[in-house]
Amino acid sequence: MLSRIAESLFWIGRYVERADDTARLLDVHVQILLEDPWAEEDLACRSLLSVMDRPAEPSHVEVGREYVLDMLAYDRFAPSSIAGSLVSARENARRARETISTELWEALNATWNQLPSHMRPARPHDYFTWVRERAAVVAGITDSATSRDDTWNFMVLGRSIERADMTARLLTTRALAGSAGPSWTTLLRSCGAHEAFLRMYRGAASDERAAGFLLTDQLFPRSIVFALNQAESCLAALEPTADRAAVDDARRHIGYVRTNLEYRPLIEVLDTLPKEMERVQRACSAASDAIRGRYFPSGSATNWVGEAL
Amino acid sequence: MADLFDDYPAGAAWDEMIGADGGSRAAYKGLHTALAELSAGELRGRAETLARSYLAQGVTFDFAGEERPFPLDVVPRVVAGDEWEHVAPGVAQRVRALEAFLADVYGPQRAITDGVIPRSTVVSSTNFLRAARGITPPNGVRVHVSGIDLIRDSLDGWRVLEDNVRVPSGVSYVLSNRRAMAQTFPELFAALRIRPVADYPRRLLAALTAAAPHGVDEPTVVVLTPGVFNSAYYEHSLLARMMGVELVEGRDLFCASGRVWMRTTQGRRRVDVIYRRVDDDYLDPVVFRNDSFLGSPGLMTCARNGTVTIANAVGNGVADDKLVYTYVPDLIRYYLSEEPILRNVDTWRLEEPDALEEVLDRLDELVVKPVDGSGGKGLVVGPRASQHELAALRVRLREDPRGWIAQPVVQLSTIPTLIGDALRPRHTDLRPFAVNDGESVFVLPGGLTRVALPEGELVVNSSQGGGSKDTWVLGGAVPRRAVRLGSDLPQSVAQDEAVPIDSNPNDVRAQVMQQQQTRSFPVTSSSESGGGGAAC
Repeated sequence: MLSRIAESLFWIGRYVERADDTARLLDVHVQILLEDPWAEEDLACRSLLSVMDRPAEPSHVEVGREYVLDMLAYDRFAPSSIAGSLVSARENARRARETISTELWEALNATWNQLPSHMRPARPHDYFTWVRERAAVVAGITDSATSRDDTWNFMVLGRSIERADMTARLLTTRALAGSAGPSWTTLLRSCGAHEAFLRMYRGAASDERAAGFLLTDQLFPRSIVFALNQAESCLAALEPTADRAAVDDARRHIGYVRTNLEYRPLIEVLDTLPKEMERVQRACSAASDAIRGRYFPSGSATNWVGEAL
Repeated sequence: MADLFDDYPAGAAWDEMIGADGGSRAAYKGLHTALAELSAGELRGRAETLARSYLAQGVTFDFAGEERPFPLDVVPRVVAGDEWEHVAPGVAQRVRALEAFLADVYGPQRAITDGVIPRSTVVSSTNFLRAARGITPPNGVRVHVSGIDLIRDSLDGWRVLEDNVRVPSGVSYVLSNRRAMAQTFPELFAALRIRPVADYPRRLLAALTAAAPHGVDEPTVVVLTPGVFNSAYYEHSLLARMMGVELVEGRDLFCASGRVWMRTTQGRRRVDVIYRRVDDDYLDPVVFRNDSFLGSPGLMTCARNGTVTIANAVGNGVADDKLVYTYVPDLIRYYLSEEPILRNVDTWRLEEPDALEEVLDRLDELVVKPVDGSGGKGLVVGPRASQHELAALRVRLREDPRGWIAQPVVQLSTIPTLIGDALRPRHTDLRPFAVNDGESVFVLPGGLTRVALPEGELVVNSSQGGGSKDTWVLGGAVPRRAVRLGSDLPQSVAQDEAVPIDSNPNDVRAQVMQQQQTRSFPVTSSSESGGGGAAC
């Protein structure tokens, strides 16, 4: 497969997952701000923005829901907002048009076409629901109509890395804002994990268990460890005859941070949660770079980045 | 001011939002202002969004064999914080008294011996179940969940209309109404501080767990439903889901070796607490109706042996009896040595000959209710009944005075409700839900406000084509996090410490190029990579 195509596939996976996760995160965030009369909107929004890598507003400016939505949901030009990642996903699909199935292309293209009409509805919830639905369509087509060859591996690799990264960011919002931040229940809900969690622990819920569920659950697909495992198995599938004495960079970054979470007492991880989550994010970023270096070498592109940024 | 409140009629009843002078009352100020800014069309649009989201979520009830969206009105009821501080303790007090009463009638019967309530009243109740006698619940709780129906009469006082301590339903609508309203009226939620209700499933589970038989470490709680065709099935599944417990039907359970089990793929699994949403009559074909498919044979034996807890307890119906209701204020004084906080509606006991004569005399101005009915079944409103109906009723009352009670027609308070394209006053009641975990009684801030949609209708019930409203209890004076401690302050992250979100470097280039291209050519359809040359 052409490197350029592979890179596009990888980023389709990442962007669609990013749109999905951001929509979930914002949906719950907005809902909580509405339902909890004691929520401190300014504080909660600031912590969310800082975790999502957005410049902080000066402290005298009140940061509210609207601002957060503008930045993270409706900005078409930032690839880290929902609209932006959907646009980028479609852009990438266009470049890999001959490799991806028509079904998948149409799903992404239709999403892009419908985007303007779904933006800024009366109820932000409708927009988030729509985004989640579109992401589910893409995931469903990927799952049911893509051969388990490199096409699939690159897409799922991107998706898994993004998922681990976003879940880590989500957990950071909790750690940063302290008791003013979202509760563990909120976090579980934003990952769509609340009901699965309740079934697992039969309501004997505690903060620690909730954290453990999102960090290290072996069966829930949105836990960090699960996502990292999935990424590792994709990497393994991409390079089955790896050098037996050495591990390639991407796998090392991912495996290292995964084992670090998995084989340490949970309480230790929780004590330094922001630090640990930053590590996960950095590892995801490093793995992404390593994957680029290994599979998508493109000298000119790198130069361009230097200039463009 | 928009047309929504134009020609809003000043009805005979006390309106909760609009005062006699045409202005809004204090608690409703924020809501009134917000509604006044909307046009009729906008409000109708929001109402349709509400209905649509209910259809999509499956928040429905069965009406004549058809699944309809549960009617939720766009205008909520607002209860001021200090007012709630009067209602909630009143409800809790009532639950404690009924709890004591049930423990007493199925045990030592002290109240009867002491002459607070006549023995004949208790034992003649159709819902007094001898089978329940001698069953002692593990933590002493029989009324795990209760829904005490309240009304507000024209004198602006809360009164208790009836007690529901059997299987009160409707709490799922409280939860889903709140969610739907928050999504539909975000601006109102931002402006008012409304006490959240989402805590309910956790409280309920805690109460059910606390009620587990002695010696059970991690009790298995299940919700027992009659099945998908039950009108409240949505509620059963929602509660089970939110509590993370199994939703079982009668056929999933069986009794063996003195315990209750459920059939699972892993073999049988012990059941410790059954939150049952099946009526007493259908619970155990061995003891009650032998044609029941909804229960499980042997349940009562297990309950008697103390190996399983049935919540709410069997036999609670005696406390719902409307004749017993008339004694509740006395029971509160007797058991709790407290004055009742919430008053009853004045009621005639027809077994007393003088009362019966008076009622028969004034039948056309009273409401007559059967003692064991719920949901407005069999109720006759005197002023609206025909001569013929009243004559038939007179005969029935003379034949069976124990079976009926009479009350004056209470003008239930009204709240503006969207009817067609305008707001009109409609009568409402309120069912707050209380959960008793054995230590304390938790009253959910809010509850189900039911509204009678036909004009002037006083019977408020969803099985009679009624609607519902979300109930907003405004926040108290002291917010939870008024004082922030140093440790609670957010650990501010310096901007450069946040891990940047990656993006495909090619995209950045594409954007740059796109911008460059659009500057020189107004319309461009080719992408820089050349790969996507095909028109799309």
